Amino acid sequence: MSDTPPLTPPSPRASLVAYIHAVWAIIWKDLAAELRSRELVSAMLVFSLLMILIFNFALELDTQAKANLTSGVLWATFAFAGTLGLNRSMATEKDRGCLDGLLLAPVDRSAIFFGKAAGNLVFMLIVEAIILPIYSVLYSTNLFKPGLLLVILLGSVGYVAVGTLLASMAVQARTRDVLLPILLFPVAIPVLIAAVKGSSGFLEGARMDDITPWLNLLAVYDVIFIAVSFMIFDYVVEE
Amino acid sequence: MNRQPRKLVILNIVTLILLVAATLVVFLYAPMEAKMGNVQKVFYFHLAAAWVGMIGFSVAVIAGIAYLITNQRKWDIAGLAAVEVSLVFFFIAIVAGSIWARRTWGTWWTWDPRLTSAAIVELVYAAYLMLRQGIEDPDRRARFGAVYAIIAFISVPITFFSIRILRTIHPDLNQSGSGGMGLTPKMLHTLLFSLFVFSFVFADLYWHRLRLGQLTDKIEQLRLKVLE
Repeated sequence: MSDTPPLTPPSPRASLVAYIHAVWAIIWKDLAAELRSRELVSAMLVFSLLMILIFNFALELDTQAKANLTSGVLWATFAFAGTLGLNRSMATEKDRGCLDGLLLAPVDRSAIFFGKAAGNLVFMLIVEAIILPIYSVLYSTNLFKPGLLLVILLGSVGYVAVGTLLASMAVQARTRDVLLPILLFPVAIPVLIAAVKGSSGFLEGARMDDITPWLNLLAVYDVIFIAVSFMIFDYVVEE
Repeated sequence: MNRQPRKLVILNIVTLILLVAATLVVFLYAPMEAKMGNVQKVFYFHLAAAWVGMIGFSVAVIAGIAYLITNQRKWDIAGLAAVEVSLVFFFIAIVAGSIWARRTWGTWWTWDPRLTSAAIVELVYAAYLMLRQGIEDPDRRARFGAVYAIIAFISVPITFFSIRILRTIHPDLNQSGSGGMGLTPKMLHTLLFSLFVFSFVFADLYWHRLRLGQLTDKIEQLRLKVLE
């Protein structure tokens, strides 16, 4: 037998680097696949535009859409498009056996969660970034206020954190396509409430005092559910 | 077929007697309320049913956590039974509340924090059952049920809180909450007795549902064994 040095556990710094490496690898895999096929973002985008169209007739929005209607329409659109993206993202993972492959890799399960959640967040943000200018043009409102962008970011983070966890459960059920909205919407209601109120606050130019409770609520929700989802994810993917 | 254990038979009888007693107490002992009249008596059973419905949620979460830690099937059965029975009780509470609201507020429903949260809790229970329905593997079904129970349990208080902030910043025109009614001592007695009785009803139904769950589990295991 050759003189192999005894195995020593990796230093904490090395483990952290490996962890970040794993998360990044998963994000990169999703982005690369999406770049080639462009099926996820295009589906979410077309769906969002159709939703804005339907809302136009359902709510009879005129060209000077009022601020509170705008935030409601935007967030309803983001919520439904987000569900689409989450479903597709986790479904391809399961159908092509990628999830099994990832689970076999010598990487912490929570890295898989963060990688998938970050990837889902990127897709949702891309769609939102395209929808905002389109909506601004269609309804002659300026949606590029920094406060609004902050609300959209915080809201999307919370939505995607819970959504990734619930989507990984939903895709393993028979009724996979309908199940995710049924599971996600009741649980994501605080995000929707706070995001809509925060968005309309920024659009109307309300006082910061009135808006900060909603921002705080979003931040608290994000922290709680990122922590809970990341801890529970193990139980969802174990075989 | 397993026969009902003796204690359960006794519980059935006791519960039935208590339920009759509670009805009599509500109609004969509790005083007539000045403004609302007879319809106010719905309140006793409405509150008792709602209270019991909330217990079920807590039981489901505890059972869920216990299942994830121990992996014993009995916790899964306990959680499912709690959610199913609570779903029914909560629905009773919502309907009874609607009847009362129609008479006193003139509307079947308002979107105030408590009612909205009640509707959300009911939908969460239903979502839990739909999640379980869609999964065939018993172990996975139990795990996912536990996970969803935990997630939902954490989100419901946050939801209630956020709806409350929503309604206080934009005050609702329909400001007549159910707390706007003073309770005389006799009303308080009636209420406490109703709570007591409904706890018995819950325990009785819950025990029956547990037995049903155990039998279902046994059948499923036999079926899986045959299919192998």
